[in-house]
Amino acid sequence: MNPFRYSKPDTLQAAVELSSANSRFIAGGTNLLDLMKENLTRPEHLIDITGLPLADLSETPSGGVMIGALVSNADLAWHPWIERRYPLLSQAILAGASPQLRNMASTGGNLLQRTRCYYFYDASVPCNKRSPGSGCPARSGLNRIHAILGASEQCVATHPSDMCVALAALDAVVHVLGRGGPRTIEFADFHRLPGDAPDRDNQLADDELITYIELPPAGFAEHSHYLKIRDRASYAFALVSVAAALELDGPVIRQARLVLGGVAHKPWRDRAVESWLVGQAVSRETFTAAADALLQDAEPLAHNGFKVKLARRAIVRALSEAALVGGTAR
Amino acid sequence: MSATLSEATPASFVPHPIRLTLNGSVRELQVLPWTTLLDLLREQLDLVGSKKGCDHGQCGACTVLRDGKRINACLTLAVMCDGAELTTVEGLADGDELHPMQRAFIKHDAFQCGYCTPGQICSAVGLANEGRAQGSAEISELMSGNLCRCGAYNNIRDAIEDALPLCQQTGGES
Repeated sequence: MNPFRYSKPDTLQAAVELSSANSRFIAGGTNLLDLMKENLTRPEHLIDITGLPLADLSETPSGGVMIGALVSNADLAWHPWIERRYPLLSQAILAGASPQLRNMASTGGNLLQRTRCYYFYDASVPCNKRSPGSGCPARSGLNRIHAILGASEQCVATHPSDMCVALAALDAVVHVLGRGGPRTIEFADFHRLPGDAPDRDNQLADDELITYIELPPAGFAEHSHYLKIRDRASYAFALVSVAAALELDGPVIRQARLVLGGVAHKPWRDRAVESWLVGQAVSRETFTAAADALLQDAEPLAHNGFKVKLARRAIVRALSEAALVGGTAR
Repeated sequence: MSATLSEATPASFVPHPIRLTLNGSVRELQVLPWTTLLDLLREQLDLVGSKKGCDHGQCGACTVLRDGKRINACLTLAVMCDGAELTTVEGLADGDELHPMQRAFIKHDAFQCGYCTPGQICSAVGLANEGRAQGSAEISELMSGNLCRCGAYNNIRDAIEDALPLCQQTGGES
């Protein structure tokens, strides 16, 4: 790890004013320190934000929930409001990482974790995300874990988060503060597709700090399911994951949310498929048609063609679980 | 150690004073910002129970308790532990009386080489504090952050299952 300056500001404004192109905010540190140990990130200045008043959950006037950026992943997953009203989010968080990491990792930091593409993590090989313009060995190399949707010539990395897949399905809103003041970003717009600038994972500016994640009132607690498929039973990143949420009127779908993880540079949400599901009756045929539509533009690489079939089956199963079994509302 | 480093590092990289409670004792220390909690424990404080396995948060051999919650000491900056209450495997026993989780690991022969054991035991005490695990399947899932290359998993799980009621009766141990 490189030497760096360390500051611990007391106020949001001070934190934002301390930030620069060569500084990083640190909270849980679970991904940032790992990247620093690999010399993939070498910030000159770490700004410790754990003293800021962002560690609580509160109810919003509209009946939603405002989650402070410093709430740990474990506290969020096991918070009674989240377990009861947003079980999809609890399930997704508990499907990721290990108990130790969930105790450390923050809500805001989860959004900012970097891809686990093994070429990105290997400083001895080129990578357009790590070193723009240097090339992408994953595209022609071993790409079993890589993207099947929304990739570019320059980058085929996937976003590693489970939590973000659920937040995309729940229509969360990201609140940020920069030197120019606060702004909000719709969750679906927060992360980027790689395009010709894969070094940029998201829309945040250097001086911007995530302050809160806002959940709207609709939590789909009756009919939601998070399904994660990985190489081992626990503590592994998703090959494919699905966040499925439905609002039903008898057998008829009134509202649908369908987001995939592990398949693209960001949580993959297809609003056209969600709209098509509205008015359809719950059935295996309906869900299979939805899966086929979502995956029609999939472009698998040499080693990840299996992900298309896996995603198709995972979508059908997740929607079926959501419709028939419901979430884990207690 | 800090004298040597101060010669090699620019003046702007100064040690920071921290105060923390470590295994029941208040400690006032000077740490450089890039020192991990694991390196502080092992290199500066001679508490070598916590192990450096992967140094990347993947194996759990460095697991300690911060304010009663299990964390990876290798991915924690010491400077960010200012004000914290830390417990390592060295602080679990009450004098000569082993912690119920330690006794259960001995009873169930829950180790072979022993390298992962301090992390396993601290993680298991953290699991007991959480109060979430019901039954052996959930214990296995909630111990997924601790790897054992010898493969003593079945005995580790049995030890934890045996000790959980005892740990929770005493209100857990931070």
